[in-house]
Parts: sequence; structure tokens; C-alpha cells
Amino acid sequence: MSGDTAEPARQAVDAVYRSESRRVLATLIRLLGDFDLAEEALHDAFTAAMEQWPRDGVPGNPRAWLVSAGRFKAIDALRRRARFDTSLARLAEDLNTGAGDAAGSNGEDLEDDQLRLIFTCCHPALPPEAQVALTLREVCGLTTEEIARAFLTTAPTVAQRIVRAKRKIRDARIPYRIPSREDLPGRLDSVLRVVYLVFTEGYAASSGPSLTRADLSGEAIRLGRLLMALLPEPEVAGLLALMLLHESRRAARTSPAGELVLLDDQERSLWNRAQITEGLALADRALSSRRFGPYTLQAAIAAVHAEAPRAAATNWDRIVGFYEVLARVDPSPVVELNLAVAVAMRDGPAAGLSLIDALLARGDLSNYHLAHAARADLCRRMGKTAEARAAYERALVLTRQETERRFLQKRLADLPK
Amino acid sequence: MRYVCLIYHETMRPDAMPGGEREAAAAQTLNYGEELKRQGYVIAAEALQSAQTAMTVRVKNGRVSTTEGPAAETKEQLNGFILIDARDLNEAIQVASKMPEAKVGSIEVRPIRESHRTDRWMRGG
Repeated sequence: MSGDTAEPARQAVDAVYRSESRRVLATLIRLLGDFDLAEEALHDAFTAAMEQWPRDGVPGNPRAWLVSAGRFKAIDALRRRARFDTSLARLAEDLNTGAGDAAGSNGEDLEDDQLRLIFTCCHPALPPEAQVALTLREVCGLTTEEIARAFLTTAPTVAQRIVRAKRKIRDARIPYRIPSREDLPGRLDSVLRVVYLVFTEGYAASSGPSLTRADLSGEAIRLGRLLMALLPEPEVAGLLALMLLHESRRAARTSPAGELVLLDDQERSLWNRAQITEGLALADRALSSRRFGPYTLQAAIAAVHAEAPRAAATNWDRIVGFYEVLARVDPSPVVELNLAVAVAMRDGPAAGLSLIDALLARGDLSNYHLAHAARADLCRRMGKTAEARAAYERALVLTRQETERRFLQKRLADLPK
Repeated sequence: MRYVCLIYHETMRPDAMPGGEREAAAAQTLNYGEELKRQGYVIAAEALQSAQTAMTVRVKNGRVSTTEGPAAETKEQLNGFILIDARDLNEAIQVASKMPEAKVGSIEVRPIRESHRTDRWMRGG
């Protein structure tokens, strides 16, 4: 074959792999009823494409071609293996009789396959870290090694989680389907939690030298967009809005020297306007549905910040209001801490400090570095230098994040002697 | 990425397994090897002669010393290897899990130390 026709075809295979491999996999899992078999079929389908497309040209509908090639390759492989394991013969024939369905699947079914895959990967019967690993690998197409690097862990650890999760899906016969209307809210919560976990891990790495790991945030936003396209529920819009609004501040969040810059001190012209516009529209849409939850409320708070041209122009009254609703909808000590900080901004540091002290006295947040950092900040603003120093020192002991540590050290050094 | 699958199993006396079974096992191994090749995973694969045929070489204080037998006397001995090209560790594990030898011995999957990342669609784009 001549080189000048082979190369574009090879590039076409590459491009199709990037854009379609996850969707093809999602459909193959439904057709073959097994993750491992489907992944093998996907591999075989692309191997066949590498062979045939340079010779015969790229098919008109590459996705359908790959699904059907993958399916036939799987049946073929099962038949060959059936020579040694007769139980596989039945499976191969069953798959073969279902042949017509695959080709006959309409577009809607194929879109639903991706949603099925997401719900299966985020099934609450799987441990949370396995849900994250499985989603990133099967839905986003990251490799085991990439996931391990992103979460600062070893590849064997991640590989083990994935192997066990797949075994659990098979043994527990977790069905490959979109949850029913009545199960949807709970199941969707689990999916949104996974997406948000991926985002926060990328946005503020919980430990390690760098404050943000852009790849993971980008993956989470891509997942959010995919979910939004497949299942436009208010909380999906709320979560996507929240991620976009936070992401919009990325460039302003660290100084050129890599130091942490607090929201109040950020250069707002560095904020990403396109992400803000999209985030605001999504937050509005979610809020107006009146069926929103905690993600939408957090997006609404981020939206108030995004709309303020200067830190001093922030509408703290609105922010306090949203935090009060959030504290009722999704109560947690961290939400109360944020409420206290917002109250301090609206009514002065003394009002905030008494709320934080009450919170710390309850003991829930006594090991949370940001609670002590917030207390230190309020004491500093009130001129209580000794108390501020003690609180910064406590926060320093508790933080595991290098950039935050440097930030706290600077604050400590800047205190009047 | 490239991974080597190191195939270990217990040293077996030739008479430990009836002839028919031994042949069936060998056919199965060959069959899966062919399949892996067809799937484009295999870079290189070899079966090794028994561990008793091994010589172990060490240099101590400039002197070469040789001992008969494998480097480590363990219950399971290295019997062969397959060097494969897989998308990631989980795909390599999946390939290894279907090797017939996994049923009777164990397969150690080890990533090759790569100095640079080559990019092909199989490696995740």
C-alpha cells in the first residue's frame, strides 16, 4: 500500500480513538455484558481498523463500524476459546443470535450507553475511591498510570481497585442500566460526588507540591459537560456551574512565583470571562428550576463573587443568605465555617469570630487547618496579635499542602512583633 | 506501555501430570499465544528450559563465581516471559489473567522502565 494514503488513515484511527473509543466501549459492555470482554473487543476493533482503514478507507460511520467489528471479534475469540472451555460456546452463540440488535441500535440507545457506563462506574456498592478510578479509566479513558500520578499513589494500588471493582460488578450482578425515576436522585448524588471529587482533587491537591492539577479539573469539567448533555438535571447544571466558576479563577489563584492568592487579593482581570459567563448561565438555570441542591447553592455563592468587579463590591448579604440555605439543605461544620467567614465580612470580624469559636468549641473542626487559619485572620484584623499567632501556628501544624504552608508562614511573619 | 509478564510455576516432574493433560495444557498455551499475537499485544515471548539447567554468575572482589541452578531457590521458578504492549497496567493484567499458566502458577506483571513515552493510539492517545 502506498504511504500517502496510509498515513491519513492512521491519523483518522488516532482521532477516532480519542473521540469515540469510550462510547464504543460503553456500547460493547452492554452488548457483551462484561467489562473485560468489551475492553478486549475494543482493542481488537481498533487493531482491525489500523489494518483495514488504510487499505479500504475510513468508513462513513466509524463508531458503528467499530461496535460491529468489536462484537464479531468477541464472538470469534469466544469460539476459539470454547475449544478449551465449553461453557464459552453457549455464550458465543447467544451473542451471535443477538446480532441484529447491535446494528439496529438507534442513536438514542448509544447515547444512553454512556450514561449506563457512568452510573455503573459510580455505583454506590463500590468503594468511593474505586468509583473514581473506574470512572476516570472507563469513561474518561485515562490510563491506570495517569490516574495513579494524578492521585499521588502507585499504579498497582489503582490497578487493584479497578480489578476489584470490576469483579464486584460481575459478582454482585450490578445491572448495566440507567436508574429508574425513583432511584435517580440517590444514584445521581453518587455520580456527582465522583465528578466533584475529581474536580477538587485537581483544583486544590490535598497534598503535594503543586496547588492545582489542571488535568483532573479539566477531566471533571468534561465529565460534567457530558452528564449535562445526557441528563440535564438541575444539580448537574449546578455542579457544572460550580466547577466552571471555580476554574475561572485558576490563573489568578497563584502568583507568578507559585504562591497562593486569596480571593480578596486576586487580580480579577485574570479571571476567565468565558467560563464565568457559562457558569453564571448554568447557575441561573439551576436556581430557577427550584429543584436544586447543595451544588447549585455553592455555584450561586461562587456566582456572587464572579459578579463583583472588586472584592470590596462583593454582596456579602447575598452570600450569607445562600450559606444559610446551604447549612439547612446540606448541614456540615465546613459550611458553618464558611457562613461564619461570610458573616465576618458582612458584620465585622467580631461577629465572625464568635461563630468560629463556638464551632471550634464543639470540636468538629479542631483538626481542620482552614478553621484555624480563618480564626487567625479574624484575630489579626481585630489586632489580637498573640491569638492570631497561636492560630496560624496551629493551622501550619495541620496543613499538608505545601503552597498553603508557605502562605501561612508568610502571614505569620507579617504579624506585628 | 510495555510490560513483561514473567511466568512462574512450581518445578514439576515430567510424570506429575498425565500425558494427555500435559499435551492439552501445551496446546492451550500455544493457542493463547497465537491469539495474543493476532491481537497485536506480543513484542517477544519465550519459554525457558527448566530451572535445573540454569547457571548463576556473580563477580565478587573481581573473581567470577558460578553456581549451578537459579539465582534464588524458590518453590516457584521462572518458566518463561512474554513482553507485551498494552494501554495500561490494567490491560496488561487482563492479558496476563487469561494466560493458561496463571491457573497453575503465577504471572508477575512488571512495567518496562521507559525513558520516553512513545505515542500510539493504544497507549491512550
